[in-house]
Amino acid sequence: MSGIKDKVAIIGMGCTKFGERFDKSADDLILDCFLEALEDSGIEKKDINAAWMGCSVDETSLGKSAIILNSTLKMPYTPVTRTENYCATGTEAFRGACYAVASGAYDIALALGVEKLKDTGFGGLPPGQMGTVRRLIGPNSTAPGEFAQMANGYFARYGIDPEEGKRILAHISVKSHHNGMLNPKAHLRKEITIEDVLKAPIIASPLGLFDCCGVSDGAACAIVTTPEIARKLRKDPIYIKAMQIAATSGEESAFNTWDGAHVESTYRAGIKAYEEAEIKNPRQEISMMEVHDCFSITELTAYEDLQISPRGRAREDVESGFYDLNGQIPCQPDGGLKCFGHPTGASGLRMIYEVYKQLQGKAGPRQIQNAKLGITHNMGGIPSYSLAAVTILGN
Amino acid sequence: MIGIKSFGAYIPRYRMNRKVIAQAIGWFSPVGGKGERSVANFDEDAITMAVAAGMDCMGNLDKTDIDALYLASSTLPYKERQNAGIVSTALGLGDAVRTADVAGALKSGTAALIAALDAVKAQSAKEALVTASDMRLGKPASPEESAFGDGSAAFLVSDKDVVASFEGSYSVSYDFVDIRRDEKDRFGKTWEPRWVRDEGYFKMIPEVISGLLKKYNLDIKDFSKVIYPCPNSRDVAAMAKKLGMDPSQIADDLQAVVGSTGSAYSLMMFVNVLQEAKPGDKILVASFGNGCDALYFQVTDKINDIKHVKGVKGYLNIKADLTNYIQYLVFRDILPVETGIRGEHVPPTQLSQTWRLRDSILSLSGSKCLKCGTVQYPVSRVCVNPACEAVDQMELYRFADKKGTVISYTSDNLAFTPNPPQSYAIVEFEGGGRHQLDLTDCDPKQLSVGMSVTMTFRRKYYDANRSIHFYYWKAVPAVEA
Repeated sequence: MSGIKDKVAIIGMGCTKFGERFDKSADDLILDCFLEALEDSGIEKKDINAAWMGCSVDETSLGKSAIILNSTLKMPYTPVTRTENYCATGTEAFRGACYAVASGAYDIALALGVEKLKDTGFGGLPPGQMGTVRRLIGPNSTAPGEFAQMANGYFARYGIDPEEGKRILAHISVKSHHNGMLNPKAHLRKEITIEDVLKAPIIASPLGLFDCCGVSDGAACAIVTTPEIARKLRKDPIYIKAMQIAATSGEESAFNTWDGAHVESTYRAGIKAYEEAEIKNPRQEISMMEVHDCFSITELTAYEDLQISPRGRAREDVESGFYDLNGQIPCQPDGGLKCFGHPTGASGLRMIYEVYKQLQGKAGPRQIQNAKLGITHNMGGIPSYSLAAVTILGN
Repeated sequence: MIGIKSFGAYIPRYRMNRKVIAQAIGWFSPVGGKGERSVANFDEDAITMAVAAGMDCMGNLDKTDIDALYLASSTLPYKERQNAGIVSTALGLGDAVRTADVAGALKSGTAALIAALDAVKAQSAKEALVTASDMRLGKPASPEESAFGDGSAAFLVSDKDVVASFEGSYSVSYDFVDIRRDEKDRFGKTWEPRWVRDEGYFKMIPEVISGLLKKYNLDIKDFSKVIYPCPNSRDVAAMAKKLGMDPSQIADDLQAVVGSTGSAYSLMMFVNVLQEAKPGDKILVASFGNGCDALYFQVTDKINDIKHVKGVKGYLNIKADLTNYIQYLVFRDILPVETGIRGEHVPPTQLSQTWRLRDSILSLSGSKCLKCGTVQYPVSRVCVNPACEAVDQMELYRFADKKGTVISYTSDNLAFTPNPPQSYAIVEFEGGGRHQLDLTDCDPKQLSVGMSVTMTFRRKYYDANRSIHFYYWKAVPAVEA
C-alpha cells in the first residue's frame, strides 16, 4: 500500500460562517463557500474536472444526489458524486477528490460538504440517521446519550470520581470557547468558565449543555490538484501527507473486548495515518489538531486514541494546558465542533480548512506559531459503532 | 395426574397509594380508599405483563414440551392480530405451538386454565402455558380507577411433576351485564353497585361453589383456602360467612396492595395461596364475570421443589411509589402532553422487515457460532469474533433469559419518553454477547458500571397512525425477590 503522501495538494478552500443560518438555504451555503475557494485558488470554474459533495442528513432541500452541486454552481455535465458516511461525510468527499487526482484520472477536483440542519426543526441531530433496524432493536438514544455512555465508561475504567470527571471535561469546553471567540466564522463566540460548564443543564448524564457541540448550518470546500499544477498556481499549497479511514466490524457493540472508554476506530485510523505520513512520534511531530469534539468526552478520548496523550492520562495534558492555543499541540484552534459548529456533512472539510489556514499562516488572532503538520480527526457514528477519518496535512 | 407444574405472577413496579388519587381528584368525587394499587409503567400492557408472568413461571424449566399457550385478558392491545402469538414468541416457545386469545369476560382467566387442563388431560397438548393479564383503565374519578390494579399470572399445566393436581371444575354462565366496554370504549361502564352485588356476585359465586361441592361431594370446610373475587373488598368477609367458611379459609384478595386485576385477579390470588401452600391442601379457585368458574386443586409434595418463582409475594416487594397522579394520567395517555418534535417523529414500521427479524426482536435471539462458540447479537451470518469470521455456521441463541452486567450507561434528557429521563446501557450478558438496551423500571441515580440487570419484554413505541404496538426487550436492574 503506497498511500498518497505528497501526491495531492490543496490550492483553494472556502468555508461559510457556521451557525443557525435561517437566512441561507443549502444552495446559498454551497455557493458562498465555493466562491471563496475559487478566489483563493486562482483557477476558473471551468478548470474543475470533477466534484464530490458530502451531505449526511438528507431531505434538507438537497435530495439524495449531488446534482444540486452542478445546478447551484452551474457546472454543466461535470461528474459529481454524493458521499455519506455519518459525521465523517465531509472527509469522505475530500477523499474522493484527492484519490481522483492521485490516480491521474483528473487534474483538478472539488470536494464540498454542506449541511442544513436547522431546517429540520430538531434541537440536536434529527433521529433516524442509523437505519430502521437500529430503531427496532437499538436503544431510544440520542447522540449526546451515546457519547455520554463513553464518559461514564471512561470514569469507571480509570477510577475517576464523576464530579472530578466532569471538571476535567469542562476544561476542554472552556478552551474551545476561548478559541471560538477569536474566530469570526464560528457559531458560538462566547468565553465560558468551568463553573458555567458544571452548572449547565444535563443533556445526557454526565454531559451537560456545554459538553455538547453546536448543531449548525454551514458549508466548506476544497479544490485539490497535483503538486506540479499546485506549485504553478501558488507558492503555499498545502500537501496531503496521509488520509485514512477505519470503520468498525461491529466488534465494539457485539464482541466482548471493547472497554467502552475509547473509540477503537480512531486508534486504528491514527495508526494507519501515521504510517502513511511516516510519523514516528506524533506527540513530538504534530503541530496542531482539529479533532471530532462532538462532545467533550470525544475530544478527551481522541487525545489518547491518536497517541498524543498516554492511555488514561489525557487529564494531565488537559489540566497543564498542553492542548490550549498557546500549548504544545493546540487542539481546536478554530473552536472545533464545539464552537465553530457541526453541520455534519461540512465538518470534515471545515477541520481541513482550519489546518490549511494555520499552515499558511493566515489564521489571524488565533494563528499558531511554526505550524508544520496538522491533523484532522473526523468521526462518524457512535463510540460503539464508529468510523474515523484521520487526515494529516503539511506544507 | 393432571395439574399445575409451575406457576408465576407479575406485578408492575409502580404502586399508587389510593390517597394520591383522593388528593388529586377527591374534590370532584369521593374516590380513593385504603391501601395502594399497582400501576403499569408507560411501556407495559396486558401482553408485556403476560410475558413477565410467563418468565416468572418458567424460570429455567424446559420449554420443549409446551405445545399450547393461552392468553386471557379483557385488555388485549389487538382485536385483529393474535396477542397470544406475541407472548408465545417472546417466551421462546418455538413454532410448533397452538396459541389462543381468551378474551372478554373477567372469568376468561379461569376459562383459559380449564381449557389448558382439559387439553393436557385429553393428550391433545403435552404441556400448556396459561397466562392471564389485565391492565384495565378506570375513568378518572370513578370508583374503578381506585379499585383496579394491573398484573398477571401464569401456570404451566402438565401431566407430570405437578405441584397442584386438578380435581375438577364447575361453571355457570349468565349474560349478567354489570360492566362492559364496546369497540369504542376506553373505560368500562357499570350499573348500580348494589345491584351488581346482590343480584350478581352474592348469588353467582355461592351458586358456582355449591355446584362444585355437590358435583364432587365435598364440604366447603374441606378446603384450606377458598379464592373468589369481590369487586368490593368489604364484601369478602360477608361472602365467607354466606358460604359457611371459617375466616381462616379466606384468601387474601390483594385489594390493599394490588387491586382488582380483571381476568388475572383470582389467578393471582391463587398464586399467592400456592406460595404458602402445604402438601395436601385443597384449594378452591372461583372467578366472576358474566357468570363464574370454580376449580378444585389439591397441593402435592412437589410444591416444596418450587424455588425459582418470585410470584405475588416476591413482586409485592419490588416496588416504587407513584406519588404523582398526573404522571399516571400521562402513562395511560389520558392527559395529552406536549411531546415535542422527537415525540411526534414516528416513521412507518416495515412489517416485512420485522417479520424477517422476528427472532432478534421478539425473542432477543442472536447467533452462536458453531465454529468458535462466540455468542453474538443480533442474528448474524458472519461471526463477529475477529479471530474466526466463520460464515453461515450459526445456531439461534436466546439472550432474553440471561442476566447482564452494565458496561456503560446514561440517562438522556434529549430523547423523548413518557417517563423521562430515557436511561440506556451497554450490557454484557452472562455467557457472552453484548447489546445496548433501553433501561426501564429504574431510578437513574441507582445506575452504575458493573450493576446487574435482567431482561424484560416491553412496548418500545406506539405508532397510532398505523396501529403498531412495537414490542422489544429492555433491561431492568436485577432485584432478588
